[in-house]
Amino acid sequence: MVLVFAEATNGKFKKPAQEVVTYGAKTAAALGTDCVVLTLGDVQDAGDLGRFGASKVYNVSAPALAGFDSGVFTAAIAGAAQQLGAKVIVLSHNSTGKNLTGRLAARLDAGSAPGVRAVPVIDGGKFTVRKSVFSGKAFADVEILTDMKVISVVGNSIPVEANGNAVGVDSLSVELPTPKIKVLSTKRAEGITPLPEAELVVSGGRGLKGPENWAVITDLANVLGATTACSRPVSDSDWRPHHEHVGQTGVAIHPNLYIAAGISGAIQHLAGVNSSKTIVVVNKDPEAPFFKSADYGVVGDLFEVLPLLTEAVKKFKGA
Amino acid sequence: MKMLVCVSKTPETTTKIQLTADKSDLDKSGIQYIMNPYDEWYALVRALELKEAGGGSVTILNVGPADNDSVIRKGLAIGADDAIRVNSEDGGSLYIAKQIAAQAAGYDIVFFGKETIDYNGSEVGAMVAELLDVAYVGEASHLEMNGNTATITRDIEGGVEVVEVNTPLAVSAAKGMAEQRIPNMRGIMMAKRKPLSVVEPIDAPATTVIASYELPPEKSAVKLVDPENMDELVRLLHEEAKVI
Ligand SMILES: Cc1cc2nc3c(=O)[nH]c(=O)nc-3n(C[C@H](O)[C@H](O)[C@H](O)COP(=O)(O)OP(=O)(O)OC[C@H]3O[C@@H](n4cnc5c(N)ncnc54)[C@H](O)[C@@H]3O)c2cc1C
Repeated sequence: MVLVFAEATNGKFKKPAQEVVTYGAKTAAALGTDCVVLTLGDVQDAGDLGRFGASKVYNVSAPALAGFDSGVFTAAIAGAAQQLGAKVIVLSHNSTGKNLTGRLAARLDAGSAPGVRAVPVIDGGKFTVRKSVFSGKAFADVEILTDMKVISVVGNSIPVEANGNAVGVDSLSVELPTPKIKVLSTKRAEGITPLPEAELVVSGGRGLKGPENWAVITDLANVLGATTACSRPVSDSDWRPHHEHVGQTGVAIHPNLYIAAGISGAIQHLAGVNSSKTIVVVNKDPEAPFFKSADYGVVGDLFEVLPLLTEAVKKFKGA
Repeated sequence: MKMLVCVSKTPETTTKIQLTADKSDLDKSGIQYIMNPYDEWYALVRALELKEAGGGSVTILNVGPADNDSVIRKGLAIGADDAIRVNSEDGGSLYIAKQIAAQAAGYDIVFFGKETIDYNGSEVGAMVAELLDVAYVGEASHLEMNGNTATITRDIEGGVEVVEVNTPLAVSAAKGMAEQRIPNMRGIMMAKRKPLSVVEPIDAPATTVIASYELPPEKSAVKLVDPENMDELVRLLHEEAKVI
């Protein structure tokens, strides 16, 4: 059995949860087994996750799950997997998943594959799954040698498939430890898709010259419904917040569209963005290295090009 | 406060990744190695700042062969007091975590970087926390101590969460936690005399193995669009790339 931990944000299941359930269902199909979903705490419409291929949804609710403590969540997920006899645990490689994958693997003495990009290949008892390494400069095929397996899936790496129907939700009871972590506050920017999950990203580099010029980036992002990003020197100079820094030492992203303006395309920048499906580069220097990794290039002054592009997108959206 | 900073050795960030002919491994010829940036810039420096403010000790821990001593010495040059190297080749994340856990009892805080820039696993810190049965906060961008209580800000998608937790604890450090420090001449000289103890690994089976590597497909040549004609770019993105 494959057990998927589906995480809710403010009680609701969004695309990242649908992606992991789709992933779990495909993994279960490859193994010839069932996919079930585990949800934790107070959540809405959990049964709806059946639409993405789960045959059953379980919920564990307890006061100890009110705030995020990786130790408590690990006990809940591992306990559920053991009760249900699940051999593969699937979760998101997001901030929650990164706090859990290692704990689960250690607790269950399981082999783990963190940050995978594709469904496992099952071949004569071998279980191999591809993950990106070197922040996207290469892929590694990781063979998991243990009976028990833990896999975390990078956001936006497999398309959501809703071929099934809503299913029932059963509650499970699992013994939980007392939390060691007290959550004081949780803040999320409302209405903006976080970078790791974003399908469209508009990014600015040192070519913008200063934070006061960012409107050309944000205007384009707004008409596209895109998330904004930046190169490292931009966040190092505090022109933009740290969480916008993409690259080998920042966030690794893989949107459908990455538009980079005033970014030279240093190898450390490329590492974090080159698995984007389509890359558009705007740079006034025709020799900028980024053009070698781009699908579409515009050689020109970004302060002229970006407003024209913003107008063109507006026109397209209005049409 | 007794602090342990777990550091790993990674290829330098400008490394062009190349594979051996059978793709079973990286072609390691000519690769320059560095201390994993998250371990060095954020985890180690924050531990040193806490020691400077409140006393205690900072120990560096690396699981690896004798070649790794140069990376360990750099950590000592930046300011750590002493170091432990578990004399072992890489055996996968859980293997490494078990080696670390075997050394990590008795520390108030065990620091990690948020990930290594080679394997991008983000899992060893959480594994060690589970093995030690202590609290774990991943991707922390701020950490303040008040007595034995830590207030930690961790990065979450599109925002931050602030938590409070008592020692002992394990934490992985992200950007924002501290500023990179360059070792000075005195630090480098002193590092040579600081204790580095080498211990043998405990038995632990490998739970994963990398069967092979693959390089991403080459991009085909860039299609240039006239800067005056952004309608054309929008058309291409819609009709050809199908991304808007
Ligand atoms: C250990 C290490 C880790 C690193 N990690 C990262 C990382 O994770 N992410 C990252 O981004 N960098 C990283 N870097 C830094 C990286 O090497 C580059 O220095 C950085 O990416 C350059 O940023 P940039 O492209 O914004 O600036 P620059 O390299 O200065 O490029 C600016 C570009 O803007 C163009 N330009 C200027 N004006 C205009 C205009 N009016 N219109 C159009 N184009 C214009 C220029 O032609 C130029 O190509 C790392 C470096 C090191 C040593």
